[in-house]
Amino acid sequence: MANSFAVDEDRDAHLSGKKPPPPAVLALRHAVLILISLTTLAPFIWMVLTSFKPLAEVEQLNPIPSVWHPENYAEVFKQVPFAHYYFNSVFIAAWVTFLQVFTSCLAAFAFARLRWPGRDGVFRLYLATLMIPGVVMLIPNYAEMVQLHLFNSYIGLIIPASFTAFGTFMLRQFMLTIPRALDEAAAIDGASPWVVFWDVIMPLARAGVITLAIFSFMGNYGSFLWPLIMIKSEYLRTLPVGMLFFDSVYGRQTNLIMAASVMNILPLIILFVSTQKYLVKGIQLGAVKG
Amino acid sequence: MKQRKGDLLPAIGFLAPNFIGFLIFCAGPLLYSLAVSFSDWNVARPGVFHWVGFGNFTDLLSDASFHTYFVNTVYLMIGIPVSIFGSLMLAILLSQKLKGMVVYRTLFYLPSFTSGVALMILWKALFNPDFGPIDYALNNFFHFLHVDAQAPAWLLSTKNIFALDIEKLGFNPKQFGLGARDALIIMGVWTGIGGNNMLLYLAALTNVPQELYEAADLDGASKWDAFRHVTWPQLAPTTFFIVVMSVIGGFQAGFDQARVMTAGGPAGTTTTMSYYIYQKAFEEFQMGYASAVSWLLFIIIFVMTVINWRLGNREDD
Repeated sequence: MANSFAVDEDRDAHLSGKKPPPPAVLALRHAVLILISLTTLAPFIWMVLTSFKPLAEVEQLNPIPSVWHPENYAEVFKQVPFAHYYFNSVFIAAWVTFLQVFTSCLAAFAFARLRWPGRDGVFRLYLATLMIPGVVMLIPNYAEMVQLHLFNSYIGLIIPASFTAFGTFMLRQFMLTIPRALDEAAAIDGASPWVVFWDVIMPLARAGVITLAIFSFMGNYGSFLWPLIMIKSEYLRTLPVGMLFFDSVYGRQTNLIMAASVMNILPLIILFVSTQKYLVKGIQLGAVKG
Repeated sequence: MKQRKGDLLPAIGFLAPNFIGFLIFCAGPLLYSLAVSFSDWNVARPGVFHWVGFGNFTDLLSDASFHTYFVNTVYLMIGIPVSIFGSLMLAILLSQKLKGMVVYRTLFYLPSFTSGVALMILWKALFNPDFGPIDYALNNFFHFLHVDAQAPAWLLSTKNIFALDIEKLGFNPKQFGLGARDALIIMGVWTGIGGNNMLLYLAALTNVPQELYEAADLDGASKWDAFRHVTWPQLAPTTFFIVVMSVIGGFQAGFDQARVMTAGGPAGTTTTMSYYIYQKAFEEFQMGYASAVSWLLFIIIFVMTVINWRLGNREDD
C-alpha cells in the first residue's frame, strides 16, 4: 500500500490473462470505449464548433458552421480584457503554488524526518482542519482581509490561499516512503538538517513536489469562490470571475462565450498532456493513507 | 537516537513559515468563525453586535428554507453512487490490455481536469431549451417516434425525478419529470466519472493479486463470480475511501453550479447548503447566521464521516 504511488505506466498489464482474446471481442471492447469517448467528447466538440459559428447560426442548430469565423476569438479580446484575465489567473496561481509548495516542503520535512516533542499532536491538528469545509473559513478570512486592508488586492487573493494543510500532508506521506537510512547516514557524516533536507530529501521527493505543484496550480487557476468574494475591481478579475462577468453581461453571444471557454480550458489541456505522468502518481498517492 | 533532542530547534525553523500561515489562515479563522456563529454580527449594521448564544442554531432548526436546501444538497448527492459505479466500470474496461489505452484514459479524464466555470457555462448552453443540442436531439427523437412529448426545460424547471414538491417537504405528482437538479446531476456524473475516482480504481485493480483470478478460473467461476468474489472485495478499501471523500465533498458541493448556472433557482431548487451560506454572508451580510450554517454543515459532515467509518470497519470484520 505504502508504495502504490510507484505503480508505473505498465498498469495495462492488469487482468491481461494468458491468452489474447479473439479479435471480435477486441473489436467489441474498442467499440464500447469509443462510444464512451464520444459521449465524453461531444460537449467539447459542440463547444469548439459553436465557437467558430456566426451568432445567427447558433440557434439554427446545424452542427458545422457554414462559414468558419476564427475572428470570434479576436472579438472576445475586444469585448473584455481577456488577456488580462489570463495574466491575473496565471500570476495568482503561480504565486500561490510557489508559496504553498515551498512552505509545505519545509513543514513536511519537519513532520516526516525530524523528531520533536508535540510533533504528532501538531500533525493531528493539521489533519483535523482537512475535514473542515472550506466555507467555514470563508467568512473569517474575508473579515481578516478587510481588517488588514488587503480586500480587493493581489495579496488578498494570494496569501490566504497559500497555506493549506493538504500540501503538507501530501508531501509528508511522500517523504515517509524515503528510506530513513539515507538521512541517518548523512547526519552521522555531520550534515546539518538543512543539508539533509536540501541535498538528500528534496532530490528524492521531486516527483511528489512536482505533483503538488501541478495540483496547486490547476486548482488555483480555476479557483472561483475566494476570488469572487475578494474582487471588486475589474483589473483584478481572474478567468473564472471574468468568464462569469462575460457570460452575465454578454450572455446572448453564445459563440463568443464558447470561444472564451475554449481559451479558458486550453492551458489546462496543455498542462495535463505534458504532466500526465506525475498526475497519475500523485492522485494515487493521495489515497495511500485513507 | 542521541541527537534527537537537537531536532527541536531545526524543526521550529522548518515548520515556522507554514505553521504561522496555518495559524493565521486556517486554525485562527476556525475559532473566530465558531465565535461569530454565536453572535448576530451583520456587516450591514456596523457597530451593532450581540452574543446570541445558541440563537442562530435554534433559528436554523426551524428555518424552512434551510430544510429545503438540505434536501436539495442530499438530492444532488444521488449522482455519487452512479458516478462511483461508473468509475469502477470504466476502470475495469480500461485495465484491459488494449492498444490505445492511454488515449482513452486521457479522453475520459478530460472533463474532470478541465472542470470549472468554463465547463459550467458550456453545460448551461447545452441544457438551453431554445438552442441547446440536448433538447434539439430529444425533440427530433420524439418527432421521429411520433411521440407527443416535450423535451425537459432542464435548468428552468422545478420538476424532478422523485416528484418532490417545491412548496413544502413532500411529494407532488405534478412535479415529476426532469428539471434543474437532475440536469446538475447529469453534468456532475459526466464530469466526475472518468476523473480521480477512476484513476484510484485503476491503481487498485493493478494491486489485485493475479493468483486470485487464476484460482477463480480453476474453480470454473464465471466473469460475474470473479467480479463479485475477487474484484469487489479486493477493491473494498478503495471504494470505502472514495465513498467517504465523495460524501464529504457532496455536502459541501453546489456553490459553483448555483452561482454560475442557476442562481440557486428555479424556486430555490438548486440552492445547496454551501450556496445558502454564501447568500446569507455575502448577499444579506448576516455573518453570524452564515457562520452558524457553516458549523452545522461541518457537524453534519463530521457525523456522516463517523457513520461511514463505523460501517466501513464493520465490513472489515
